[in-house]
Order: sequence, then C-alpha cells, then structure tokens
Amino acid sequence: MLSVFLLLPLVGALTVLTLPRDSEGNARWVALFYSVLTFIMSIAIFIRFDPDNPGYQFVDRFEWIQGGDTGFTVQYALGVDGLSAPLVLLTGLLSLAAVLVSWNIDLRPKQYFAWLLVLETAVAGVFLSLDLVQFFFFWELELLPMYMLISIWGSGRPRYSAMKFLLFTMGGSAFMLVGFLVLGLTAGTFDIAVLATEAGRPTDAVIPLSIVFWLVMAAFLVKLPVIPVHTWLPDAHTDAPTAVSVMLAGVLLKMGGYGILRIALPIMPDQARDFGVILAIIAAASIIWGAILTLQQRDLKRLVAYSSVSHMGYVLLGVSALGAVGLSGAALQMFTHGTITGLLFIVVGLIYDRTHTRQISDMSGLLHRMPILGVVMIVAGLASLGLPALSGFVAEFTVFAGTIQAHPAATIFGVFGVVLAAGYILWAVQRVFTGPPDERWSGLTDAEEWWEYAAMAAMLIFIIGVGVYPRLLTDVVESGVEPIALLVQAAV
Amino acid sequence: MNWFDQIHHIGPAFALLLGAGVVMGADLVRPGRAPVLALTLLTLLVGFAWAVWQVVAGTSGPAVAGAVVVDEFALFFTFLLIGVTAAVVIATVEGLSREEPRPEFFALLLTSAGSMVLLAQAQDLIAIFVFLETTSVSQFVLAGIARDDRSSEAGLKYLLSGAIAAAVLLYGFAFLFGLSGTTSLDGIATFVGSNSQGTELALILGFVLVAAGLGFKMSIAPFQAWVPDVYEGAPTTVTSFLSVASKAAGFAVALRLFYTGLGGSETFISENWAALFAVLAGASMTFGNAAAILQTNVKRLLAYSSIAQAGNVAVGLAAVAASGAAGPSAVLFFLATYAATNLGAFFCVIVVSERIGSERLADYAGLLKRSPAVAVVLLLCLLSLTGIPPTAGFLAKLYVFNSAVQTGIDWMVVLVAVAVLNSAISAFYYLRWARTMVLDDPVDETPFRASAPVQGLLGLAAFGVLYFGLWPSPLLQAAQRAAANLL
Repeated sequence: MLSVFLLLPLVGALTVLTLPRDSEGNARWVALFYSVLTFIMSIAIFIRFDPDNPGYQFVDRFEWIQGGDTGFTVQYALGVDGLSAPLVLLTGLLSLAAVLVSWNIDLRPKQYFAWLLVLETAVAGVFLSLDLVQFFFFWELELLPMYMLISIWGSGRPRYSAMKFLLFTMGGSAFMLVGFLVLGLTAGTFDIAVLATEAGRPTDAVIPLSIVFWLVMAAFLVKLPVIPVHTWLPDAHTDAPTAVSVMLAGVLLKMGGYGILRIALPIMPDQARDFGVILAIIAAASIIWGAILTLQQRDLKRLVAYSSVSHMGYVLLGVSALGAVGLSGAALQMFTHGTITGLLFIVVGLIYDRTHTRQISDMSGLLHRMPILGVVMIVAGLASLGLPALSGFVAEFTVFAGTIQAHPAATIFGVFGVVLAAGYILWAVQRVFTGPPDERWSGLTDAEEWWEYAAMAAMLIFIIGVGVYPRLLTDVVESGVEPIALLVQAAV
Repeated sequence: MNWFDQIHHIGPAFALLLGAGVVMGADLVRPGRAPVLALTLLTLLVGFAWAVWQVVAGTSGPAVAGAVVVDEFALFFTFLLIGVTAAVVIATVEGLSREEPRPEFFALLLTSAGSMVLLAQAQDLIAIFVFLETTSVSQFVLAGIARDDRSSEAGLKYLLSGAIAAAVLLYGFAFLFGLSGTTSLDGIATFVGSNSQGTELALILGFVLVAAGLGFKMSIAPFQAWVPDVYEGAPTTVTSFLSVASKAAGFAVALRLFYTGLGGSETFISENWAALFAVLAGASMTFGNAAAILQTNVKRLLAYSSIAQAGNVAVGLAAVAASGAAGPSAVLFFLATYAATNLGAFFCVIVVSERIGSERLADYAGLLKRSPAVAVVLLLCLLSLTGIPPTAGFLAKLYVFNSAVQTGIDWMVVLVAVAVLNSAISAFYYLRWARTMVLDDPVDETPFRASAPVQGLLGLAAFGVLYFGLWPSPLLQAAQRAAANLL
C-alpha cells in the first residue's frame, strides 16, 4: 500500500513525459489525475491507521543492497506511525493543491508537472523511510526537482535562489551523511526501528556521539530552517512559482522537523538531553528574530516566507522540552503550519497573478475587489497567528504547555513571538485589504476559476477542521510521539 | 604447466596484443576503415570470450614464472577494461569521422588495453613496470595522434610528465627490491611482515616514491598537473579512454602493490599509507573541484572533475589500508560505475563537438531542445558524477565513504566530511552545466542526433547509471568477490 502511494506520483511523472508534444496542455490533467489518486490514498492511509497499535503499520520491506560481510546492508523499508501518518496526509493534500494552483502554467508544462510529481515521490519517501540510507536517498532525490522548478519557472533571480537552496541543503546533508554512516556502522544496522531502541542504539562511536548529534542535526536545522542558516529560505520562496512555494513551506520544511523527531531524538536521546537548552535557545532566537525580520518585509510573499522561519521555531521549541506534550506540539505545528502557510502562499500567488506586484505598499483596499481571496487570506492569517478555533492555536498552545516547565524563559520568548505574529499578520492584512480602494486595481477580479476554489477549500477544511476538533489529529500524533518521549525520558 | 597453460593464463591480454598486430597488418592488405574497425571489435570479442573461458574453466593461480596471476580481481578488471575499450572503439564512429582511417589508432588502443589487462594481473615489480610502460607509451602516441597543435602538445606533455613519473616509480621499486631482495609482491609482503626491523624509514621512502609514480596514472593531486592539458588537447575518444581505463588500471596496480605487496592491513606500514592516501585524496578533491568551477571548456571541466573523482577513489584506497573489509570492493564498485558515468559524459561531449564544433560550456545552451536524447543522458551522467540519487554515482560515493568510516579511525571520519562537502561543491559546476542544457535558450535551434551506434552506447551508459543506482547488488557482489581475492 505504501509502495503504491510512494510510486504513484513517479508513475504519473513518467506518464506526463510520454504525452505527445502537441497535447502538452493535457499534462495538467494527467498530473491532476495522479495527485487526486495519491491524495485519496493518503486519506485512506490516515483513516486506516490504527492509533492504538504501537509501532509501524503497513510495512513494506525487503533487502535492497545486499552488503554481504562488509556491513553495508540497506533495506527498502516503508512504514507509517503516528508521527508520519499526518505528514503523509499533508503531502497528499499539498501536492494536490500544488497541481491545482499550477493550472495556468504554459511554459513547458510537461516538464513542469513531471518535476512536481517527482518532488512528491521524493518527499513522501522521506516521511516513509525506515532505513537511514534510504531516508538519505529520498532526502537527496528531492534536490533536483526543486532546483529545476525554481530555476526554470521562477521569477526574480531564480538561478541564484535555486543554487543557494541547493548548496545550503547539500552542505547540511553532507554532515548528515557522515553522521548516518557513523551511526550505522557503530550499531551495525541502518534500520531506524532497531536504532531507535535502548538496546539497538550506539553508545559509543569513532567520534564522540555529541558530534554525531550535531552532524545529523545540521541538515535538519538547515532544512527547518533556524537562525542563522535560514537565508536560503526567503530567496527560494520569493523566486519560486506559487506551487513550489506551497510545497516548500508545506512539506519540505517539515522534512527537517520530521528528521529531528524520527532520527535525532530517538537514536541519540542522551545527546538531545545534553543539548536541550541550546535547542531551546536556537528556537527562541528563530521565533523572535524571524518575527522581527517578518515585520520589516515590504514584499507580501517574502513576508509569508519569513513568517515560516518564526513558525518553524515553534517546532524546535516543542522538541527542546523533550517531553510528550512538547513533542506532540511540535508534530502538530508541522501539520498545521503546512496547511496554513500553504494556504497563505496560494492566496498570495493568486493575488500576484492579478496585480503583478507583491509590494505591500502598492496595494490597498483589495478587499473591495476580491472579497473571497481577502476573506480566505484573513482566515489563514488568523490561523497563523494562533486564533483559537483554528488549527494554529491547537499546535502552538500544545507547544507552550509542553515547554513552559522545561524552558520557561524560551517559552516566554515564544509567546512573545505570537504577539509579534499578530502584529505582522494584522498589519499586512490592514495594508493590503483594507483602506480606500485604489483606482489602479479597479479592474481586478476575484477568485472565479474552479481550481482556485478547490485549492483553497481543501486547505480551509483542514485548518478549520483541526481547529474545531483537534482530536482528528491529536490521537494519531500522540501515539507517534509517545514512544519517542519514553526513549528520551529513559535516557539519563 | 605446459606452454598452452601459460598462454591460457594471460589469454585475454594475449588476444588483444596479437589483435593489435593483425589490425596493423590487415591495413597493408586491405586499407579502409570498415575492416579495421571490424577486426578491432573482433579482437575485443575474442579477448572477452577468452576471459569468459577463464571464468568457466575456473582458471586461477600464478603463471609465467609468477609474474602474473589469474584471480577474480584480475578478471574483474579484464572485463571492465575490455568493455571500456570496446565502447571507446565504437565511439570513434562519431569521433574521428572527419579524418582518414587510422589503423595505428586502433592498434595502439588494443596494445594499451592489453597491457592494462596484464597490469591488473601482474604480481611482480618488473612485470608491473614493463606493462605500465607499454600502456603508457601507447597512450602518449594516442594523445598526440590528431596531428594538430593541441594534440601534439598534449602528447608531448603527457610523454614528459609520464617519463618523470616512470623514473620516480622505478626509483621506488629499487628501494623495495633493494630491501627485500625480491621483485615478487608476495616476497615483499613476507619481508614487510617479518624482518623489517631497522628498515622502516627506507620502506616508507620506497612506498612514498611508488605512490608518487602511480599517483600520476591515477591522476590524483599533486601529480595531476598534466591532466587538464592532455585531456583538452587529445582527441576526445582518447580522453575518454584515459579518464576511465587508464585511471582504473592505475588504481588496480595501487591496490595490488599496496595491499598485497605491503602485507595487508596488519603491518606498521599500513597506517602510514592510509594517512598518505587520505591526504592525497583530500587534496585531489579540493583542488579538482575548486579548479573545475572556473572552467568554460567542457573537456577541461571534465578533466578537473576527474581529478576530484580520483580523490573519491583515493578515499577508498585509504580505507583499504586500515580496515580491509569494505575498502577494496568499494574502490572496484566506484571504478565500474564511474566507467559507465564518465564514458557516457564524454560520449555526449563527442557528439556535441562533432555536431556543433564546440567544446565551450556556453554552447550547450538549450541542448535539451536540440538533442533531447543526448541531453538526458548527459544530465543523468552529471547527476551521477555529483552523487545525486537515483544514479550509480550516489551509491558509489556512499559505499566508498562507508568503507572509510568503517575503519573506525577518527580522522577518517574527518576525511569523509571533507569528501562529502566536496560533493556539495561539485554540485555547483555539474548542475550549472545541467542547467545550461535544460534552461538556456539555444543560439542555434537546429536539432541533431547522435549516429546510431553512439546512440546505442549512450543508451547503455544511461541504463548502467540508473541500473547500478537502483539495483547495485549484483555488481556489488562481483566487486566483493574480486576484492576478497586480493586478501
């Protein structure tokens, strides 16, 4: 089942490529077909996932590389637990939304949709992998589609931004690979399920485990991203096409948080405990500094991009407390941020399609011209700043509840970040949507295409649904983080 | 052992060398391109068949007075070298099209290949030196064969630096022979293992000189100065041969000499040469990548890239010294996948330079529009050189780095970190090239395609790059069996 989910987009990509040249326009229909199918599968996986059953479910595995006596045996192993199930759902949802908002792409549509679908397979592979080497395989596989998508279909300085994205990510993953090899060879296996047990994890290695911890964390922190390795993110976001921004903010950043929860914490709990305070400091700095940077932005898309830095700080903050509640908060925040920021990027992209500018100062009173887009933007913004009854509140509240005892100071900074978030979101909404209607924008239309409605509605359902009835998500997430929290607490 | 048995042990190489003579002679009887090409391929086929015969018959053990040996290690390289040579021969259909048929070109290729096969079999210092020189001299002429200024310069440069390298190597051999009193690798190994008291310094000096001499063949820094000029000046078919076959042979000898000849991984000397190759590996990668970033000519870019890639193999070589388990097989696996990858890249360069007459990076703009098949294969090869999945290069690097970490030495982990960071740097210029092909608009939109045989080769290369990247186990096991033989 998981293998089908993983390979379906790839099959879709190949199908798109086989389209004849004169029917290139049909690429979007093929892409839509496969992403709807994948989305349905991701829902099925999420629903059929049983939170009461500990361990990985729907496991597919076989020995991929037979290492013989050289100790380099790699498995193809897929499975979901409570941690990855929501992210699988998120991947399915956002990939569908990404295809929808790309409906008007007319530059080399075949290539575009093929790369988009390959990207989906790569990201899904990261969330499903149960083997370190396989995880790394998919982690690197994601680079090329992203690089191509940004540099060919981007705007502004796409080549610069794409290369920056690539080099930052590869630099981070270089360290991660070293860490993985040391872990795998010390423990004698690359199987994450075995490594993440008290008996299976390495206690001593060629180089001190505390260094290994930071080697592995390097890649995750760059991806998350945190201050001061975040600089690739605003550039990549600003210059990427809308769909790629949605994927980047919605799922790619989650790879970092997921890696921390799936690999760094359970395999090296002692080190995580030692460095918990440092993680909390990095998190608080990201939240506050990210929010301050956001306040200064004049470009609407850049503003949303910087707000991601601040919001992903909450993920790390939740992690730093190393307790079940904080970890749940972090996992929830990953899902909710994916839907909320994904939606924000969709709306910003749709506005840009109409105004052809992203400068906040150029816009005024847009609510008169595009009430639907405006309302959706406001709902997403409110969710982003953590208004109760919307999903952002659930996640952020859980994070703070989980960290207040462990790191009171960092938590207070984090709460202050919410205040700043209210500031930059409301201020932006005020400047863009309210105020006197500008004559320049009198000819603009509101959202009217079916695919625009579909993309926004899909996201709103999840934002409001989780906000009103959090148990949709929390039961599953808690079953996923419980074992991790136990492992970390057992470590002294 | 009767005379036929002796010949049977060196069968594949014997066939290739004999074929070289036949090719030259055939040209006197019936001049023309087709018969020469056919005879060359036939020769390679006979060599291949003979190697298969050796496998089927279970031939093994030393021959020719212990100068050479047949084992799985030698057979691995025999198949690899014959395959590479055959690919290069077929690629000449594209590459030398504008010149008159050259029987000596093919004869020299066969001589060089035959000597390299023997080199992989050699078990004796004198044999190693003789075969190394035979293959080198053939290559000097091959590099200069195009008779234009650039090619002549390449040939001469290659000759001069090659001569110095040979002298240094021979000097090192003299030390080893002088100390141990034997030229056989086993004998030297016994000496190193038992009564080397008081001779450590002289031994180290000896093997440092040998490493320098072989470093030239392997094109690792700081013995790489000849590479860019020779690679750029030589005909591209020859360059592809040098960058893959010659390098593989260099590493084969290095493995034999250092691993078998210096007594495996238990002697005092092994940690020294592990450290030596670790430093050379780091230097090669860093220098090769830094210089490659600046290149605007694709052949020079691939030249520097091949220096950097040699650094990756040298990481495996350093690992060989310290652990033994995964090191040699990692080197073999890397060399085999690198052969598919680099030949693929060079063949694409051949096609492009034949069709549009340019080796400038900027002229690759819009290649995807002009020649989709060539562009896709080149893209795959560039990904493989960078080490991005799902290509073979990804697993090859992973496997080499794994073998280095496996040694359990802390500075090896540092070396691996340097190596992986270098991979990230190399992404800059490999993917810049890829981007030029995919993204930029072509100046001239005329489509073109490779000739049918070369198209077949490109397909094969692409298949290899993907197949070994997704399903590496068969090749990996072959490499492990070959490496186990070396112990």
